Amino acid sequence: MQRTSVRACLARKVSAALLLTALPVAAVAQTAPTAEPVKLGIVSFLTGPAAGPFGIPGRNSAEIMIEMLNAGKVPAPYATPGLAGAKIVPKYVDEAGSTANQVTEFRNLVQRDGVNATVGYVSSGNCLAVAPVAEELKALTVFFDCGTPRIFEEKPLKYVFRATPHATMDSVGAARYVLKKFPDLASYSGINQNYAWGQDSWRDFVAAMKALAPKATVDKELLPKLFAGEFGAEISALLTTNSKIVHSSFWNGDLESFIVQNGARGLPARSTMVYTAGETAMFRLGGKIPDGTIIGARGPHGVMAPDTPLNKWFRGVYEDRFATAPTYPAYHMAQSILGLKSAWDKAAAAKGGQQPAIDDVVKAFEGIEFEGPSAKIRMAIGNGHQGIADIAYGSFRFNKAEGKAEIVDVVRYPAECVNPPANMTSTAWLEAGMPGAKCN
Amino acid sequence: MITVIAIVTDGLVYAAWLFVVAIGLTLIFGVMKILNVAHGAFYAFGAYAAATAIGLYFDRGWPVAGGYLAIATAAIAIGLVMGYILERVFLRRVYGRDEVVVVLITYALFLILEDVLILIWGTDGRSAYQPYTEAGSFTVGGLPLSVYDIGLVGFAGLLAIAASYTIKKTTFGRLLTAVIYDRETAAAFGVDVSRVYTVTFLVGAVLGALGGALTAPKISVTPGLGVEVIVLAFAVVAIGGMGSMEGALVGALIVGLFRAGAVHLIPQLELFSIYAVMALVLVFRPQGLFSRAQPRKI
Repeated sequence: MQRTSVRACLARKVSAALLLTALPVAAVAQTAPTAEPVKLGIVSFLTGPAAGPFGIPGRNSAEIMIEMLNAGKVPAPYATPGLAGAKIVPKYVDEAGSTANQVTEFRNLVQRDGVNATVGYVSSGNCLAVAPVAEELKALTVFFDCGTPRIFEEKPLKYVFRATPHATMDSVGAARYVLKKFPDLASYSGINQNYAWGQDSWRDFVAAMKALAPKATVDKELLPKLFAGEFGAEISALLTTNSKIVHSSFWNGDLESFIVQNGARGLPARSTMVYTAGETAMFRLGGKIPDGTIIGARGPHGVMAPDTPLNKWFRGVYEDRFATAPTYPAYHMAQSILGLKSAWDKAAAAKGGQQPAIDDVVKAFEGIEFEGPSAKIRMAIGNGHQGIADIAYGSFRFNKAEGKAEIVDVVRYPAECVNPPANMTSTAWLEAGMPGAKCN
Repeated sequence: MITVIAIVTDGLVYAAWLFVVAIGLTLIFGVMKILNVAHGAFYAFGAYAAATAIGLYFDRGWPVAGGYLAIATAAIAIGLVMGYILERVFLRRVYGRDEVVVVLITYALFLILEDVLILIWGTDGRSAYQPYTEAGSFTVGGLPLSVYDIGLVGFAGLLAIAASYTIKKTTFGRLLTAVIYDRETAAAFGVDVSRVYTVTFLVGAVLGALGGALTAPKISVTPGLGVEVIVLAFAVVAIGGMGSMEGALVGALIVGLFRAGAVHLIPQLELFSIYAVMALVLVFRPQGLFSRAQPRKI
C-alpha cells in the first residue's frame, strides 16, 4: 500500500504554494556474523498520518516479536532463540519523509549501520524505490506491508522478499464476497484515493468483477486526492447513482472521515459499503459503521484470524503490551519476521548449525512455506520471493449489548482462489478471467 | 436536476470551508505583508484543540448544543495563545526585513509546530464526530444534505459580512485600511502600527484555528492536517488577490464550484480543476481578481 507521508510532500507542496503566490557507491556484499548478534533494520512510519493505523502497529509488532524470539518464547515451530541462535538487535527507522530520503536511510542502514537484513516499508512508493537499491547493495530486505503487485512482476529480484500477499488478493477477495452477497448485482461504484494503491485496487476490483459478473456495470468511478478529508461532493455523486455497492480501498483518516460523512448523509442506506482495508477503522468507529458493511483486513487477520495456538499467543502478548488488539499491519510485520526466521534457521540447519551467509538465507527463503499467526504463507510467486496466503472477508456488526465491533458471515478464500499463479502477472490473470483459480 | 443541486450545494459547502480557512491568511498578508505559512499550523492546532474539547464535553453527556460552543471556545483560545506567542516572540523581531526572510521564518515555525503537535497529541488520529452527526440531515430534491455543512455555509456568509462591516464601518477597520495602504504614512499620522499588527495577527490566528475547529467534527484529525490546507488556501488567495477579503470569498466560490462540477461531471479532473482555474485567472490577472492598485512611492 503506497502512502505519502506529511514530510514527504511538505517541502514540495509548500515550495509550490509559495511560488504560486509569490509568483559510485560500491556494492556491499553482506555476510551474517558468526557468533555475533544479527542487526535488523525495522522501517515503518513512526510519525505522520500513516503512523497511527499502520506504522506504529507494525513497529510494536516488531518489538514484541524480536523480544520474544530472542527469549525463545515464541510458540512452535519458532521456539528456538533468535535467528539460528543469534540475538536480534533491531534498529528502528522512521519511514516518514520523501522517497529519496528513504533510499538514503536504507543506504545508511546497510552501509553505515551494517544491518544484516531489513524488514520494513508500508508505502508502495518506498518499496519500489528501495528494491533496486537492495539489489545493488545485495542487502536482504523483506517488505512487510506495501501492496503493489509490481515489485516482482516488473523485474526478478534476488535479495528482496515480501511475505505478505500483494493487493490483487484484496480486490479479488472483495469481488468474490460482494457477489456472494449480491449475486444479481447490476451496477456498482468505487471511491479510491488517486495514487498507486487506490488506482491499482480499483483497477483490480473492476477486472475481477468483469470476470465474475460480466453484466454488472460501473456507475461512478471517483478518485479523490490522498488525504482530501472532505468528501461531500463525492458522497453527493454516489447518492445520485443506483449502485448496490460502493467499493473503497480508503485507509487512515480518509477512511474514517468518509465513513462519518457518508453515514450522516444516508449513503449506506442506499448502497452497501465495501472497505477492503476497513479493519483498521472498525474498533475506533464502532457503531458509526453501519451493520452489513463489508470489511476486509488484507488477509485473514485480526478478528478474522483462526484460533490457532500461534495466533492466540500473538494476540495475547500484543494486547498485554499495548492494551489494544493487533490489526493487520501488526500481523504483516509478525509474519514477515517469522518468514525471515524460518529462512535463517533453514539456512543455518543446512550448514550444520553455523550462522549462514546472507546468500544462504536468500536461497533458503526462496519458495519457503511457513506458518504465520493467521495463515500459512507460501512464497509461491515472484520466483519464490512473493508470498501468497488465504484471505477473509466478512460483514460488520456492532454488538450493542457489549459495545463491541464484530465481523460476521466471514468467508475465507484459499490462496489459489485469489492470487495469480506463478507464471502470470496479476493484470494478465485478471484480464484472462482468473484461469486456474481454485476456490474449493 | 439532482446533479445541478448537488454541484451548487457541494460547491457552496466547499467554498465556505475554504473561505474560513483563507480569510485569516489573506488578512495577515494584506495588513502585515507576511505570507504566513504557519497558518496551516493554526488550522491543525485548532482542529486538535476542538477534537479534544468536543471529546471532553461529550464524555460528560452534556447537551449537544453546547458542543458547538466548545468548538468556538477551543478555537479562540488556541488561536489567541499561538498567535500571541508567534507574534511577540518571533515575528516582531523581523518586521521590516525582506519578505522572503519572514516567509522562511513562518515556514520554519510551521515545521516546528507540526512536531510540537505530535508531542502534545501523539500520532494517533482523533475523532470528534458528535457535532457533525448529531446535527442531522435534510433532503433537497432527493439529495440528502448535512445540516452541519449547510450551517457552515451560513457561518461563512456571516463571517464575510462581519469582515466587510469591520473594515468599512469601524474605527479599527479604518486604521487597518490606512496601514494596508501605507504603513509609514499611517504611523506618521499617529496610528499605533505595532498594535494593529498584533491585533491583526491574533485575529488571523483565531480564524485559522476556527477553520480547523469547524472541520474537526467532519474528519479524523491526524498529524499533517495543515499541509494540504495551506496549499489550497494559497490557491484561493492567489485567485482572489493577495490581501483581499472580497478576493478570498470569490476565490473560494470559484474553486468550490469548479471542484464540485468536476467531481460530478469529470471526476478524473477534480484536482486538476482547482489549479487549472487558478492558472487561468493568473494568466489574465497575475495579481489576482481583487488586488488593489498599488500607489507609486516617490
